[in-house]
Amino acid sequence: MSLLFYIFSGVMLVFGLLVVVNRNPVSSALSLVVSFMGLAALFITLNAYFIGVIQILVYTGAVMVLFLFIIMLLDIKSEQCRKLNYVAMGGGVMIVLAFVAQLTMILAGYAPGKQRLVELPGDAAVHQDVKRVGEALFTHFNFHLQLLGVLLLIATIGVVVLSRRQGEGN
Amino acid sequence: MMPSLNEYLMVSGLLFAIGFAGVLMRRNIIIIFMCLEMMLSAANLSLVAFWRFGNGQGMPAQGYDAQVLVFFVIAVAAAEVAVGLAIIVALFRARCTVHVEDLNSMKG
Amino acid sequence: MSIAFIILLLPLVAAASILLGIRKKANLSAYVSVASAGICFLLTLGLIRGSGGEAGAFTWLSVGGLELKIALEITGLTRGMILVVTLVGLLVHIFSLGYMRDDAGKARYFAGLSLFMFSMSGIVLADNFAMMFIFWELVGVSSYLLIGHWFQKNSAAEASKKAFLVNRIGDFGFMAGILLLWGATGEIGFSALRETLEVQTFDPSLLNWAMICIFCGAVGKSAQVPLHVWLPDAMEGPTPVSALIHAATMVAAGVFMLTKVTFLIIAAPVAASVIQHVGALTALLAALMATQQSDIKKILAYSTLSQLGYMVMAVGFAGFLHSGEAVGAVASNAGFFHLYTHAFFKALLFLGAGAVIYACHHEQDIWKMGGLIRLMPVTAITFLIGTAALAGLPPLSGFWSKDAVMAVTQNSTPLLIVGAITAFLTAFYMSRLCTIVFFGKARSQAAREAGEVPLMMRAPLVILALGAVIAGFEFAYGWFIAPADLPHPHGALPLVLTIIGVAGIVTGYLLHRGREKDPIRVEVLVRKFYIDEFYLFLVRVFQDGVAYLAKAVDQLLIDGLIVRGSARLTVGVGLLLRGLQGGNLQRHVFLFGVGIVIVIYLITIALG
Repeated sequence: MSLLFYIFSGVMLVFGLLVVVNRNPVSSALSLVVSFMGLAALFITLNAYFIGVIQILVYTGAVMVLFLFIIMLLDIKSEQCRKLNYVAMGGGVMIVLAFVAQLTMILAGYAPGKQRLVELPGDAAVHQDVKRVGEALFTHFNFHLQLLGVLLLIATIGVVVLSRRQGEGN
Repeated sequence: MMPSLNEYLMVSGLLFAIGFAGVLMRRNIIIIFMCLEMMLSAANLSLVAFWRFGNGQGMPAQGYDAQVLVFFVIAVAAAEVAVGLAIIVALFRARCTVHVEDLNSMKG
Repeated sequence: MSIAFIILLLPLVAAASILLGIRKKANLSAYVSVASAGICFLLTLGLIRGSGGEAGAFTWLSVGGLELKIALEITGLTRGMILVVTLVGLLVHIFSLGYMRDDAGKARYFAGLSLFMFSMSGIVLADNFAMMFIFWELVGVSSYLLIGHWFQKNSAAEASKKAFLVNRIGDFGFMAGILLLWGATGEIGFSALRETLEVQTFDPSLLNWAMICIFCGAVGKSAQVPLHVWLPDAMEGPTPVSALIHAATMVAAGVFMLTKVTFLIIAAPVAASVIQHVGALTALLAALMATQQSDIKKILAYSTLSQLGYMVMAVGFAGFLHSGEAVGAVASNAGFFHLYTHAFFKALLFLGAGAVIYACHHEQDIWKMGGLIRLMPVTAITFLIGTAALAGLPPLSGFWSKDAVMAVTQNSTPLLIVGAITAFLTAFYMSRLCTIVFFGKARSQAAREAGEVPLMMRAPLVILALGAVIAGFEFAYGWFIAPADLPHPHGALPLVLTIIGVAGIVTGYLLHRGREKDPIRVEVLVRKFYIDEFYLFLVRVFQDGVAYLAKAVDQLLIDGLIVRGSARLTVGVGLLLRGLQGGNLQRHVFLFGVGIVIVIYLITIALG
């Protein structure tokens, strides 16, 4: 179990790093897909099967395709011609390191964090993960779900409006 | 030996840090956007981890509220990506660039 | 609703309806105003036959232990005063119909008159200091409006401003006095105060100061020295206004108020002494100044000042200790008696002057008149009657009231002498005025073309002349002051006064007969003792000093430091912050990240 956790964590972090390091946007996008698949696996190690599945469906399936589609639509070249901004690089690395150091220190002093995972009895079919989430979503959080629907509708309309070429429809 | 909550949180934090570094260092706005998604997902990971260790003895918390919250985050993120990419397309049409250094009309 | 309340409110209704409704219709406005004055006069006739006492009261304001009431008090004094106000008011209203016939601001003028009638009735009928003070200020406002009626004329605008400001000084003292008195006794109602003073004893110095402060109000309103400067300038207003406000009623309000608080004056001997001497000084100085003026209205204004001085002096004698006992109400009754008779003959003189001015096409310089007795006999004869009354010739009203005043001053020889000199001067300057204006030959085209004024202006003159003749007899005043309550001169005083009056008249006539200009010119009197110049100098010194200081503070501190300093600070901070607004997305993200790291750091420290 622990081994799987380390493998998927490693995959996720390494490909996440590749997203940042890759010069070619298409490579970055594909790296992000792999990274998100690792993340989905981590969700499943946490017995959150539903979340893991929609992570793959929504992110890797829909969102990343959208990214790739836009990258190709805009025909974006890689950044090779541009010089690296070393000051920005240095600053970014410093901030990130400071952040990680703080995180480490805080987690070191976080007592509940010491607990280890205890495996749940049975498998996914026993837990009926999707059913429980669905029940919560459609009963207790029904109103919120409706709101979310409205939000998505607005986003759709917004995208249509934004995508129109200037001068069109006037 | 099962992984501990701290390990999950650490991984989540590292993913967040990588995403943040990308936002700071990359100048292609699409990559920056991807890194933002990464940071958002890192937050999701810690949410689910807290749920899974919710009772304090390595067992999940009562109820599925945390997962519903993650569901909502993913859904809103999807909407955000759609709108954000539409904005990027509009921006590219107007300026013919996706490099944030060229987008400095807000300079004071 | 008692009669008194109707008398009080009717002019207000008239003024309001003119100002808010019918001001476009000038004639209708005038008739509304005159009608309200007429009804008020008729109601007054009913009121003065009724019994005294309080009429209708309601609480206007209640703060802690203080209750401000709008309540009317009807006493003998009140009845005498309200008769003067409504009678003279009505006659002036009628006179104004003629005098202001073609004035562009006729509606505004009559609205002002009605407003004044309302305010003045309020002062007369008020039963407590607070209410009196409110109406005191209201008469100030209406006086301001009427003096400045011809506000297009710069001098009129200036004069109204001056009157208002000078009155403010006095009113401030008045208010301080009311507050002092209230603080000391806890009462502001007149009758309540009188009763309190009877049963309790208070610190005499406190009462003295309170009374002096209250007297300040009278000094301002009744134009006593040193605040007399506004009254001569107030003659810039229309002449009927001068007759009503600046001769018969408003300026007498100070004397009326002092009479009303006689019990306070008795309780405050030092203040009483101040009042006597201020009155005497005013009487003398004003009479001196009147002898050298050439503007007909200014002469009458100084004459008014002088007579007001008489009244104030007499009222002040109420607190004079005569062999260990205060002279008391007898003295203030004498002052009020003089006020009563004076209102008739001075209003008569002013309206007569108004008629002369009207006939001479608004010429006010007496040296450009002359021989008018042949051209306008009614005006001239009534004017001469007024003059005789003012000079104190028997048996006219002025003789009786002046006798009463002088009888009071017999308590103090220096003031008696001052009074006698003033009496001589009074006869002298009035004789000078009449000699120049009505006798001899005309000195200008305007005077030659003069003719008798219309009936509407003659009638008030005749009625007032009648009043000036009979007001001093017992049947005309006995219903509000019992003759026993008036002082009676002892010895040969009436005879001496008559001789003095005749001597003054004869001197004045002989000196000025047939002259083209003053035979004796005393510069200091012509320039009114340089008091105006002195005030201007004072104002200039202090005002310029303060202005200089204010300028320095303004330029250095306010402009330099606060205004420009803050502007510069804003610009500087803006420039500083502008560097941060680089428009570079990643720099913003970087700063954002730094902020997050700092916040996390602080939180971990805070949580230990």
